[in-house]
Formats: sequence, structure tokens, C-alpha cells
Amino acid sequence: MALTTDTLTIWMNNFANKVEENKQHLSDLDTPIGDGDHGFNMDRGMKAVEQKLATKPADLTTGFKTIAMALISTVGGASGPLYGTAFLEMAKKSTSTEDIGELLDAALAGIQMRGGAKPGDKTMVDVWSTLVPDVKAGNLTEDKIKESVEATKDMVAKKGRASYLGERSKGHIDPGSESSSYLFKAMLETEGLL
Amino acid sequence: MSLGITLVSHVSDIAEGLPKLLNQVAKDVPITTAGGTNDGDIGTSMEKIMSAFDNNSADEILAFYDLGSAKMNLEMAMEMSDKKVHLYNTAFIEGAYTAASLIQAGVSLDDIEKQLKPLTIKD
Repeated sequence: MALTTDTLTIWMNNFANKVEENKQHLSDLDTPIGDGDHGFNMDRGMKAVEQKLATKPADLTTGFKTIAMALISTVGGASGPLYGTAFLEMAKKSTSTEDIGELLDAALAGIQMRGGAKPGDKTMVDVWSTLVPDVKAGNLTEDKIKESVEATKDMVAKKGRASYLGERSKGHIDPGSESSSYLFKAMLETEGLL
Repeated sequence: MSLGITLVSHVSDIAEGLPKLLNQVAKDVPITTAGGTNDGDIGTSMEKIMSAFDNNSADEILAFYDLGSAKMNLEMAMEMSDKKVHLYNTAFIEGAYTAASLIQAGVSLDDIEKQLKPLTIKD
């Protein structure tokens, strides 16, 4: 489906609400295997995004770029450059397409380029690489989103702060995957987006 | 062509403290730093890194960082900056110290990089 500045704004505001509601939970997930700030960082970032989007962006590319810059300059932790790059790559791609699947493909490629993580490394890439094909196939569901996050639990972290713990990172859900799941859930709930 | 150093750390005290060590062997080398987030919290900031590049009087910069997300912000700053910046995945202190001593001694970038290579500990 094609994205518009309106659906983009609804999608982002919904994502921001989910992050706000779960900021403590996200930071709690980040405490045993990270630096314990993922929820607060993402909440700060998404609040900045909401504020920027209160002024309707001129077009999709401007909208994506605004989101990217807000995240890059406010998030602080690794999720700033990672989510920021995802939206920056969607900004670039949006000059040639408004198709959500193609845009998400570009975003995923950007996240992988920036962070160097592969599927199985217990990072947000695990959720994105599982769910982007589902979006493209038109069969994204809440269950699939949940499963993709649960799958990170038994992985050994190869990237990010959790990787310093090695095998000890097993048994914990990856916080970046959990926050990414909110982005996909918000996508699912945005009418006319998928 | 002059060479300088930019240091990026999650903690401003680390970024600001390391030049004290480097200055002992490299008093003439331009060293700029970017430590902490824009709010002064623990983390890194692309804007601070861009300023550290801009404020460095050298033509080319050798950049060193502490942990993973500092690298991501460094790479984004490099993409957006007009300055020529070389990024090294070495142990933070040892890499920066080696580069600083060698720049002060007038060693070429090629030879500096040869000596930095065995200090690589990150990918």
C-alpha cells in the first residue's frame, strides 16, 4: 500500500504512544543485558518526532527526513543512529516510491549497513528481517510480530551492549526487537497503511 | 597536509580526560573531543562529533571511539562532513596514544596506519 504524509503521521504518533506506555518495560528489558536506558531514550526521541510532525510535512520525503533527524539528535544510545538511519533511508527511497514494502526494505538495508548486524545476532534486525517480508506479502499479523520478538530470547547477542555478556545474554528478549515490534504493531493498526 | 585526532566517548570525562595523556607525547597535535549526549548524559551525539571535526585545525582527522554506538554516530558524522576523516577500530586509548605520538614525530599516515593495525580490537 502507498504511504501518505497523513498515514505516516498517524503511524508515528501511534508508535510514540506505544513507546511511552512501555518505556519502563523497554528499559527493564535493557537492564540485565544492556545499559538500562532503551525505553527512556526511545521515549525522548519519539516525543521529539511527535512534536516535529505536529506541523504537517510538505511531502513524504520531508516527513521521513524530519523523523530521522529528530531521532538522531535526541536518542543518544545506539537506537538513535539505527532508527535514524532507517528513516533516512526511507526518505531517500521515497523520492521514487511510496510503497510501504519497498520503503521498509530500504530501511532494513540501512539498519544492517549502520550496525553491521545479521539475522540471528539478537538485535532489531531479527524482527525487521522477519516482518518486512510479511508486510510485502500482505500477511503481517499481531502473532507474527510477537513470535519474531520471542525468537530473540534464546539467541546469543553478537552485536551491541549485550554482546559483551556473550552466552549470558541468552534467556532475555532483545529490547531493540521489542521496540521495533511497537513500530510494526502501530503499522498494523494504522488504517489504510497496509 | 596536517593530521589531527578526534576522540569520541560515551562519557564526557573520558573524552576530555584522554587528551591529557596524549598531550604528554603530542603537544602540537590538534586534538578535539566529543563526549556524551547533547544533554550531557551518557551516550554520543552526531552533532558534537561534527563540531569536533569542524573545530579541529588539521586537514585530515584520525578518529577513535570507545563503544559501538559511538562508531555509528561517527560514521554518520563522516558522511555529512566535508572533512577527510579516517576511522580506526583500535583499542581506544592505545590507538589514540599511538597515533598521537606518531603524528607528533611527523610520521606519514600510511606508516601510522601500519602501526595501528595490530591494535584493532573491534569490527
